[in-house]
Amino acid sequence: MTANALYELSNLSKRYTRGREEITIFSDLDMAIPHGDFIAIMGPSGSGKTTLLNLLGGIDAPSSGEVRFEGARIDNLSQAKLSKWRAANAGFIFQFYNLMPTLTAAQNVELPLLLTKLSGKERRKRIATALEIVGIADRAGHRPRQLSGGQQQRVAIARAIVADPKVLLADEPTGDLDRASADETLKTLQLLNSEMGKTIVMVTHDPAAAKYAKRELHLDKGRFVEKEALA
Amino acid sequence: MFKQTLAVTAINLKSIPQRPGMSAATVLSIALVVGVLLGFLAMANGFRATVQGTGADDIAVVMRAGSQAELNSNLMREDERLIAEAPGIARDADGEPIVSAELYVVTDGMRSASQTPANLPLRGVGPRAPELRDGFTITQGRMFEPGAAELLVGENVLAEYEGFALGEPIRLGSNTWTVVGVFSTGGTVFDSELWTDAPVVQSLYQRGNSFQSVRLRLASPEAIEETRAYLDAEPRLNVDVQSERAFFASQAGGTVTLIEYVGWPLAILMAIGALAGAWNTMYSSVDARVREIATLRALGFSGFSAFLGTMVESLLLALLGGIIGAVVTWLLFDGLTASTLGSSFTQIVFAFAVTPGAMIAGVILALIVGLLGGLIPAMRAARVPLLSVHGG
Ligand SMILES: Nc1ncnc2c1ncn2[C@@H]1O[C@H](COP(=O)(O)OP(=O)(O)OP(=O)(O)O)[C@@H](O)[C@H]1O
Ligand SMILES: [Mg+2]
Repeated sequence: MTANALYELSNLSKRYTRGREEITIFSDLDMAIPHGDFIAIMGPSGSGKTTLLNLLGGIDAPSSGEVRFEGARIDNLSQAKLSKWRAANAGFIFQFYNLMPTLTAAQNVELPLLLTKLSGKERRKRIATALEIVGIADRAGHRPRQLSGGQQQRVAIARAIVADPKVLLADEPTGDLDRASADETLKTLQLLNSEMGKTIVMVTHDPAAAKYAKRELHLDKGRFVEKEALA
Repeated sequence: MFKQTLAVTAINLKSIPQRPGMSAATVLSIALVVGVLLGFLAMANGFRATVQGTGADDIAVVMRAGSQAELNSNLMREDERLIAEAPGIARDADGEPIVSAELYVVTDGMRSASQTPANLPLRGVGPRAPELRDGFTITQGRMFEPGAAELLVGENVLAEYEGFALGEPIRLGSNTWTVVGVFSTGGTVFDSELWTDAPVVQSLYQRGNSFQSVRLRLASPEAIEETRAYLDAEPRLNVDVQSERAFFASQAGGTVTLIEYVGWPLAILMAIGALAGAWNTMYSSVDARVREIATLRALGFSGFSAFLGTMVESLLLALLGGIIGAVVTWLLFDGLTASTLGSSFTQIVFAFAVTPGAMIAGVILALIVGLLGGLIPAMRAARVPLLSVHGG
């Protein structure tokens, strides 16, 4: 096992039973994700990309095998401990942004900070910084409805990084965006990886998006095929 | 914990405008439950205040032993004579005991407001009856003549019933009476009665020589013990004596209990209906926010905060309903006068009293509806699958 790996997956299997049928999404998957990596996971629809991301993010449990994060297993934690683990370590970015429609951009970004002991003043400072990084500080008081898709995704990224997690898990972050907005979003992710050292695991269908990553993994029929990224 | 629950609650509350109809219906149905409960409690309280508030300690009522109400009691002229010999009874300047043998029958009157017939008590009294009601005054006309078919009419009867104008003849059953006077006792139950000479009632209603009660004025409130000891010891009598205050309290008790026994179950039955409404509203609230809740959970918010957020939303809707129900009931009903069937089948006029205690009971009932209505949806909120973050 890689000594400085952020994630180590070993013998990881995920199966679903649908009626009498048992469906294996993948089995005996082994993988290491080093600190500071930026992986693009690609593969056909239904190949298990989202499932894998869920296991990394502690929002789903494997059927068997282990998920280690900084050497400690997270696949067998209680729900309460997993909640705390997610709050401290993982930032999520979704295809459809998943912002709270009734809250402003700043209030949405504040959500993860409400789980910390930070004071109101410190929270406001962090929110401003996060919004600055994703380049949307001028829209802090806007509600999601008043923002474009690209702008909403920036708010979502600000929310994902505001509590300073070690890993960002993004499922089709540009799936709902036009090319220009997609490129802006991907550049932001790239910056977060290169300048701030965030480890990023990104699922995408889009080969152009995958080029922004350090490496590409193709998931197909329950197996990984690795390709070195060109960029 | 507190910050995240507050945040979840704020998100829930801000989403209420997305379900305006359902949320309003929930508030309204809970307000209605509280309104009905308070209506009944106000009736019971008002009735209790009217009936229990009256009654003197130095007037006693004697009835046949074991009779709960005057209508069940039966005394003979001979009994009256024996009772009047008891010690402890106040006497006038001539040394005569101040007593009044009385009986009453139920007749029909027509309520002027609703044009519906209702029971009216016609009381036959002795000549000293006015001395046995504190605050008795004749406000119009004069006292009835002994032996004549003349009526002295209580104030409330004049106000609430048709055809009792002074000097007018009125038919009650098969007999025609003349209204010769109006009296007031300052708001007691007697103001809802018709009075005439006892022998007239005995003869027109074939009651022979019988009475139902003997009222007597006591030399002092304490003298009742002396009187009671004497009456209990007299072998020819089988009677109970109680102060007028105690008598009214026992009369009111039954009716108050009856009103409350109708009011509470009805309110609780309606509360169950409102509960279903609250449950449905909260279920929709959770349903509409499954992805939001899952997202918050993915961010690290606890299931418990999702539970509490939903509970607080439910409780706040219920509280709003409870307060609206209580305030509206208070505005509409407090002080409103009504009359109801007393436990002796008489119409008693009283004022609804929406008391602070009843309002608190109403709001508590509302909160119970909110609590139970929110419980299962809140548990569902706590258990939203995290995988719902991806859509649906
Ligand atoms: N809760 C579930 N019960 C049963 N089967 C499931 C469940 N969740 C996912 N699956 C199945 O697991 C497989 C992998 O799903 P997953 O969402 O991981 O695919 P994906 O690679 O992300 O696909 P896409 O590119 O369409 O998003 C699919 O065949 C899906 O139908
Ligand atoms: Mg997917």
